[in-house]
Amino acid sequence: MPTFVHTDKCDGCKGGAVTACMYICPHDLMKLDTERMKAFNQEPDQCWECMCCVKACPRQAIEVRAYADFVPMGGAAIPLRTDTHIMWTIRFRDGEIKRFKFPVRTTPVGSIDPYKDKPPAGDINSQLLFTQANKQLPTI
Amino acid sequence: MSEGTFGNPEIVEVDTDILIIGGGMAACGAAFEAKRWAGDDAKIILVDKAALDRSGAVAQGLSAINTYIGENDPLDYVRMVHADLMGITRDDLVFDVGRHVDDSVELFEEWGLPIWKTKETEGVALKDGGKPVRSGRWQIMINGEGYKTIVAEAAKKALGIDNIYERVFIVKLLLDANEPNRIAGAVGLSVREHKLYVFKCSAALLVAGGAVNVFRPRSTGEGQGRTWYPVWNSGSTYAMAVEAGAEMTMMENRFVPARFKDGYGPVGAWFLLFKSKATNAFGEDYGTKNADMLKDFAPYDTAAVVPTCLRNHLMLKEMKEGRGPIFMDTPSAMKKLSETMTPQEVKHLEAEAWEDFLDMCIGQASVWAGMNIRPEETVSELMPTEPYLLGSHSGCCGIWVSGPDDLNSPDEWKWGYNRMTTVTGLFTAGDGVGASGHKFSSGSHAEGRIAGKAMVKFVQDKKGFAPSFKADIKDITEEIYKPVRNYMEHKDKTTAEDINPHYIVPRMLQMRLQKLMDEYVAGVSTFYQTNKVMLEHGLHLLDMVREDNENMRAKDLHELLRAWENYHRVRTAEVHLRHILYREETRYPGFFYRADFPDLDEENWHCFVNSRMDPETGEWTIMKKDWVGLVDHGH
Repeated sequence: MPTFVHTDKCDGCKGGAVTACMYICPHDLMKLDTERMKAFNQEPDQCWECMCCVKACPRQAIEVRAYADFVPMGGAAIPLRTDTHIMWTIRFRDGEIKRFKFPVRTTPVGSIDPYKDKPPAGDINSQLLFTQANKQLPTI
Repeated sequence: MSEGTFGNPEIVEVDTDILIIGGGMAACGAAFEAKRWAGDDAKIILVDKAALDRSGAVAQGLSAINTYIGENDPLDYVRMVHADLMGITRDDLVFDVGRHVDDSVELFEEWGLPIWKTKETEGVALKDGGKPVRSGRWQIMINGEGYKTIVAEAAKKALGIDNIYERVFIVKLLLDANEPNRIAGAVGLSVREHKLYVFKCSAALLVAGGAVNVFRPRSTGEGQGRTWYPVWNSGSTYAMAVEAGAEMTMMENRFVPARFKDGYGPVGAWFLLFKSKATNAFGEDYGTKNADMLKDFAPYDTAAVVPTCLRNHLMLKEMKEGRGPIFMDTPSAMKKLSETMTPQEVKHLEAEAWEDFLDMCIGQASVWAGMNIRPEETVSELMPTEPYLLGSHSGCCGIWVSGPDDLNSPDEWKWGYNRMTTVTGLFTAGDGVGASGHKFSSGSHAEGRIAGKAMVKFVQDKKGFAPSFKADIKDITEEIYKPVRNYMEHKDKTTAEDINPHYIVPRMLQMRLQKLMDEYVAGVSTFYQTNKVMLEHGLHLLDMVREDNENMRAKDLHELLRAWENYHRVRTAEVHLRHILYREETRYPGFFYRADFPDLDEENWHCFVNSRMDPETGEWTIMKKDWVGLVDHGH
């Protein structure tokens, strides 16, 4: 499959031309069925199971059903991501549940100011990157 | 300009000074660095076939940064890379990454990437003396699920969102009409709208990743998507460079990672951080048992870390002789570690083990969950994967580039602009640069920055340059949209549109390519073995695949994307095959074997193999290039 979309949860991102899952999928797999206004994976055997769409979906409508050609049914890895952390629910085939929580970012999303307090461009002919101003680079 | 339709795309022309092709770590590094040097004097555009937040090899995240020099000497980094890649690397390029890479890692941390620290320096930034938790001499552990989103944010802010084109897939580089062997632009298709983008530029950075799915994968059902390297890396970097006439290097090299079977989850932390051991089916430590086999590959057998291909070589002996499967003994490793730990620390250890997968290879966590595998209780199988082509991991195929001009390197290794290819104005980094592996995510970012700065200098030096295309854009448009034309013209001639004597669907062309590469060019079905006759026959079959490129169909923009990705795969496969055919020795046992030349031949083959296809005639020149060591490698 590997990603699948719950029919009752997907709202086609409320009629936008590009849904969140379409926007983010690195391999152009998610597609909007404009008649039903539901998204689906148009090429399941090209899915890397990266879960970028699962994490981006505003309705939590997308899950992954692990590759059917080698994974027995019933298990799942389900993420819940915020701007600072990700919480994982691991459900084993035998029903056991494990939960893990990991940080994803230490600064507020959107807060990067790439050139703030950084040195200006220096000598274009040197080997130094601009952030290395006044550094002595080793050579061989 | 008229509105585009599926058959007749709108042509959108964009002028820029610098064009960045790709959106991964190298591209983001280049954007960040180049914009600072260019200021408002030069226009910079980045074109990504996906969305920058989640594109490239780090889209899913990473659980470690594999290159952080820290307390080490960059010269030792050069030695390690040289030994792991069996002695044929460019010391100048590797050293250059080594002396710059930490700066990128420190920026990642400043931007918000959580990096693990030792207990004593918890909360202290790397640049202020914080000590990273190392899983190996060069590797540091991170909470890297959001790694790419962070790096992308910095690149977006640097360039400005108006200068980033997402969902545009560059398929061809364009050469200049007046100056021979000079880049003038690139053309790409939108996968969202009926538009073809034609970019004119003075300098281009070709950083579109490595090549995946060139070989038949071990999983041929829906699990074929679970490639080790990202499934969307289609060899675009190598194919477009070849077709622009760039000199390639070490394209015979490939990477065959030994990973957890099927899910292809990372083993590095298990080996290095958790001190786990791999055994054959009968519990034997085959690394020790087969150690004598390595002597055939001296002097690389005595490297501080046994080269990756040689470790595969030992594993393959067990598999070929019927002593598989190979197991990673995770229960013993966890038991040993937990002996000196509190229950809370053991719980933390278990979370770390899962995070290793969840940050970068969720599919492997799903395999464990689906199979009721708990690493503290159950061993897991290891397996060498199908071959991959790349230049940033434990592989070194790529483009021949100019190096830095301040090192003791031969004059032939520097032609004015760092990371410029042999095509004037065409630069590369990351997976694109050949003969210098082990950059990984951080080194690719740093190398993108090196190239980004050099491109700004190039553009400043060539201020008067006015690009004009040698090729006719009308012809190029027709060529790019040929799969669409094939579909429109013939689709109604049969009752099932996928089966039609007038065209081939891109996915079948891909399977044809994968099958022949697997069977003749040292894929998994021959245990990575090939010989001259197999290769020549493979080339014959490959030539016919290449001819059939123009018979692919595209029923929509998505399939047009796939058609051109496969076009790139086919060209990449060809250059890989030609190089393997040329190098008459076995330098990378465990990655592939020339069965007709089974030995390492240091006397005749301790050299680079470079190649060039003449873009006018399609004729190939393949040659040896002298290897020179810039540091003492001890042999």
